[in-house]
Amino acid sequence: MYNEKVVDHFNNPRNVGELADADAVGETGSFKCGDTMTLYLKVKDGIIEDVSFQTYGCGAAIASSSMLTEMVKGKTLEQALKISNQDVADELGGLPPLKLHCSNLAADALHNAIADYRSKYEAGKTG
Amino acid sequence: MSDRQVYMDHGATTPVREEVLEAMLPFLREQYGNPSSVHAKGRAVRSAVENAREKTALALGANTEEIYFTSGGTESNNIALRGAAKKQKKPGHIITSVVEHHAVLDVCRDLEKEGHRVTYLPVDSSGLLDPAAVEKAITPETFIISIMAANNEIGTLQPVGEIGAIAAGHNILFHTDAVQVTGQLPVDVKKLQVDLLSLSAHKFNGPKGVGALYRRKGVKIDPLYRGGGQERKLRPGTENVPGIIGLSRALELSVEEIPRKTKTLQSLRDRLIRGLLKIDDVVLNGHPEKRLPGNVNVSFKYIEGESILLGLDMQGIAASSGSACSSGSLDPSHVLSAIGLDHHTAHGSIRFTMGWGNSEADLDYVLDKVPGVVEKLRLISPMGKSV
Repeated sequence: MYNEKVVDHFNNPRNVGELADADAVGETGSFKCGDTMTLYLKVKDGIIEDVSFQTYGCGAAIASSSMLTEMVKGKTLEQALKISNQDVADELGGLPPLKLHCSNLAADALHNAIADYRSKYEAGKTG
Repeated sequence: MSDRQVYMDHGATTPVREEVLEAMLPFLREQYGNPSSVHAKGRAVRSAVENAREKTALALGANTEEIYFTSGGTESNNIALRGAAKKQKKPGHIITSVVEHHAVLDVCRDLEKEGHRVTYLPVDSSGLLDPAAVEKAITPETFIISIMAANNEIGTLQPVGEIGAIAAGHNILFHTDAVQVTGQLPVDVKKLQVDLLSLSAHKFNGPKGVGALYRRKGVKIDPLYRGGGQERKLRPGTENVPGIIGLSRALELSVEEIPRKTKTLQSLRDRLIRGLLKIDDVVLNGHPEKRLPGNVNVSFKYIEGESILLGLDMQGIAASSGSACSSGSLDPSHVLSAIGLDHHTAHGSIRFTMGWGNSEADLDYVLDKVPGVVEKLRLISPMGKSV
């Protein structure tokens, strides 16, 4: 049911764990199935320098979290904000239809983390 | 992927044994006659089908004419419940439990839409039903009680004998879904005082797509289909002859082996439970003793079942889960919810079901691999607490 890329990200998840001295943290969860994800960002000069995640959920939830961390590293916050859950699924080469709605949360966590960052460091600008 | 494959999902289905396949093959080759035909080719097959019926009856302590072949457990359950309901002149009352298989629960829900009233009895935290609650739920309108012999997820064995006695005392039909228990533990329809019993061949190393319904002589139910009158009109349609032959051979073999097999499976089961409980934050689901010989169901806290299954699959281990994410629905198993598990504990459940072919060496392998799979996922989980 999962393609090779999804299985690879599940098996060898990238950027796992809590990021020491993260500048921002974003959380999200699915009320429906109970999946939860926490994303940590280290930002320098508006660029995502480092990123890590922690996820409770199924194989798709773990793989999409891992995929997202690869996609955002080195991106500006503006570029990162444009990434959608669908982009993450596409980058993984697709997810089973049922998983698209319940386990594909990574971009939401990213957006929350960026909001957290802006509220801390760019409060005046985004107001 | 691992080179080694360990199959611990016998509750889902089992491999067909060589002896069973051998018995079936002639009926997929030269013995192709229709058992209803008058000619020699038909008569030979008729005699084989009736011989299979006799063997099946013998394995259950039933009379030959009380066995009806069907397409499996789901059809047997449907014929029993819907067939009994069709016999009612006006809407009546059904007693069942909240932990039944969907092949009973969803039939009951359908019958509710048709005007019947259904009582879904609760179970305790080990999945056990209280027979006194069954008796208390009886009303003058109750026409059937349907309680499974063993739960397919957590393996809890229900006191079907006691419930049978209660039903008999009140002159109410008693049906049991014995799909998980048949071929695993002794089933005697007279001792259990059941009127209707469902079984499925692929759960005891027989082929898929064939099952049987035991109907005690004199019990009146209406058929769901009309047709050529096969299976004494209760289940018309040309018989699945190879399947029927396979079912009876598989049942014969598995029942014969019960005394030896039960002990072996129980010892494997208890060793697996002990081994898994050594991992931090693991709970056993279901009853510690009153459970199917090969059934182990545990919840690993802080991690989710589908990801555990995937991790186990990478190691070549086949198991199943009550997690929503593995079932295709969004809710965790109704059985795990019924025994009071919170969402996260239910989501982290894994069922290992051992059976014919599993060995101590398989168990060594599983016990060696599970801690690593669990630890890896707990390191990813934001709920923290690694092993």
